[in-house]
Amino acid sequence: MSERLLETGCHAAALAVRSARVDVVAAYPITPQSSVVETVASMVEEGTLDCRFLPVEGEHSAMAACAGAIAAGARVFTATASQGLLYMHEVLHMVGGGRLPMVMANVNRAVFPPWALLVDHQDSLSQRDTAWMQMYVASVQEIYNAIIQGFRVAEGAQLPVMVNFDGFILSHCASGITVPDQEAIDAFLPPYEPLWRLDPANPSSYANVTATEYYGKHRAAIQRAHEAAKPLFIEAAASYRDHTGMWDGDLLELYKTEDAEVFIVAMGSMAAEAKLSADALRERGVKAGVVRIRVYRPFPVEALAEVLPEGAAAVVLERNYSFGLNSGILAVELKSALYGRKNLRIFDRVMGIGGQDLTWAYMARVVEDAINGKEATSWQHE
Amino acid sequence: MATRIKDLPADEIVLSGNGACASCPSTLALRIVGKALGSNVVMLLTPSCTVASMGLTPQMAFNYPAMNVCFATAASSASGVMYSLEAQAMKGRLQGELPTVITWTGDGGTYDIGFQALSAAAERNDHFIHFCYNNEAYSNTGVQRSAATPAFAATTTTPGGKVEAKKNMPLLMLDHRVPYMATASLAYPADLYDKVVKAKSVKGLKYIEIFAPCYPGWRFESKDMIKLARLAVRSGVNLLWEAENGAITRFSHPTKGLVEGSSQPRGLEEYFEAQGRFKHVMTPERKEAFLSGVEAEIRAEMDLLRGRQV
Amino acid sequence: MNVHPISFPQKGVSGQTGSWRMERPVLNKDLCTSCLFCWVFCPEAVIDKESLKIDYTYCKGCGICASECPTHAIVMEKEVSSS
Repeated sequence: MSERLLETGCHAAALAVRSARVDVVAAYPITPQSSVVETVASMVEEGTLDCRFLPVEGEHSAMAACAGAIAAGARVFTATASQGLLYMHEVLHMVGGGRLPMVMANVNRAVFPPWALLVDHQDSLSQRDTAWMQMYVASVQEIYNAIIQGFRVAEGAQLPVMVNFDGFILSHCASGITVPDQEAIDAFLPPYEPLWRLDPANPSSYANVTATEYYGKHRAAIQRAHEAAKPLFIEAAASYRDHTGMWDGDLLELYKTEDAEVFIVAMGSMAAEAKLSADALRERGVKAGVVRIRVYRPFPVEALAEVLPEGAAAVVLERNYSFGLNSGILAVELKSALYGRKNLRIFDRVMGIGGQDLTWAYMARVVEDAINGKEATSWQHE
Repeated sequence: MATRIKDLPADEIVLSGNGACASCPSTLALRIVGKALGSNVVMLLTPSCTVASMGLTPQMAFNYPAMNVCFATAASSASGVMYSLEAQAMKGRLQGELPTVITWTGDGGTYDIGFQALSAAAERNDHFIHFCYNNEAYSNTGVQRSAATPAFAATTTTPGGKVEAKKNMPLLMLDHRVPYMATASLAYPADLYDKVVKAKSVKGLKYIEIFAPCYPGWRFESKDMIKLARLAVRSGVNLLWEAENGAITRFSHPTKGLVEGSSQPRGLEEYFEAQGRFKHVMTPERKEAFLSGVEAEIRAEMDLLRGRQV
Repeated sequence: MNVHPISFPQKGVSGQTGSWRMERPVLNKDLCTSCLFCWVFCPEAVIDKESLKIDYTYCKGCGICASECPTHAIVMEKEVSSS
């Protein structure tokens, strides 16, 4: 029987670790992720999670331990945030570029300096080119669902998955969630069968120095694997719905986009809030809809091209900066992906930096200002 | 009963025709270690001469499953491997004796960039053997100084000779109170073999440091690699000992005689004379002061180690 | 090509490293006491433990075996170019 529970995002992540029958968790505490690690450690200690918990001395080691653990044949999870994710950067390249399928929860938090504890997306977007797949979720239930779906996609694509969720807004706020029956999860997510492993009976070595020709081929294969992973996300969501009755899926989540003329494009919890902004705009006569980018890497180019009609206005609301480009990272991605197609008007509004609260009313006003040709003076911090 | 050279197994882990320099001490060290560990091993490697010489994908020069990992992470990745194996055994997915997990690092991957992860693994007492082949410099990248480079040694980043003394890594590991640790020499392969066999049998974190004279790095003749290793031991530069849980349990021959005073250190001058990296201090003007300084350090080190015996 | 960047054990990953040699070790069996010092100290694993035959395809000519032989049964002889 499935269970209905009141859980925080961090606790939901830990429950997903249990449901996915993870073998090894190597992690280090950091606000606002710490209660993921704490919950995993407690469950292991009390015997309700059949897993080895490796309490490392830092995130660089956490990711390195995960790399070793996967290579030896285990299903592996870790969680981090902000500085922790930045500290992992070198090893993220190793795990992504080395095709080691694992799942990591990153609780999005602003980066130093100065110290800031609340959400923005600078941490994970700074890891864009590490070959990790990245999901951005918008509810506590979706944290749970995406981690389990993430393992299936990761193992199918032989690429790691980073499940990003907003610090405090999702990590620390409790919501009612459904935890499906273990049998349903087991049917959806069979035991991990490594394609390659460290095996004394069949010795091989991983990631030797290599010649340029081989290196180039290997890197090109990573790119192809990202492309091939797109249908895996869609397939996993459909199968998950079949097994659990819950739907969290597709590369994009769409809200009132069918007849929309103005598209709010966003990621994470602000994209859920933006649904209310779209409703408000519609009341004011603006045909608005929301495109929530759920899977950011691989970037859903085709899905975006399909949903955005010729000549549409897209207003990108985002919690990050691409310094030196007077833009956020997501708007750059959108412009790049749809360059020369659709004749779109793309507006970019950076907001919500360092956890600044984003209300539906504020976002609706920003969108309205943008499409009415007002300069981006509504950027909150000017 | 100490093993004799003749008793060492003929099985080879290191395959001929690898990319190591002629007379490479890291290759020889791994060869002896492999004889002691057998084939049920998983090895983690950080950038070092071994990695540079192990072959280009898709070929490798060892008969072990091996994983190249980031420079700072030999110990953390080894912990991950061990936890993974234990988890799979716990869940019934792996049967029989679990592989021995080892790291294979140089002094850079141990004394410098790998120190934090090693210290943490030692604190957790994770079950693997950390090997450091100590060639006292970043030989792989062109012989730059490391924390293991002794004072006065010329390297490409201390062309006039290193000013600082080397880090006392074995003592630091002793103070981590690991269940077993040892220092070893390539000139005493049976002793090295026995120490590795012992390490394999102990639960928890084991540390083995192998003194590794590097002929291009230290500037001596390749044929003298073992001779240099032997002189280092006889002179007291490289003291051979074993420890358990923070206390020294045994000094190996011939260190034992030096520490107990039944024999005198010898060959110090010959040891330094043979190495180009000390040429600037082995001059008629500076030699005497330099050698007496080293002798004083060796005496102090032996005093210290005597005090750390069980 | 494998998904993972993996490699497999093979002799001669750096080619026929015997070509690096300037001098070759030559064993005079009459002087040999089978102490196995040459075998144990060879970094390249090119000396057979039973026969003490040296694999010149890969021997790099470092000279340790000759240097360590207590009876001077191994001597280093200058290589002459075969071409």
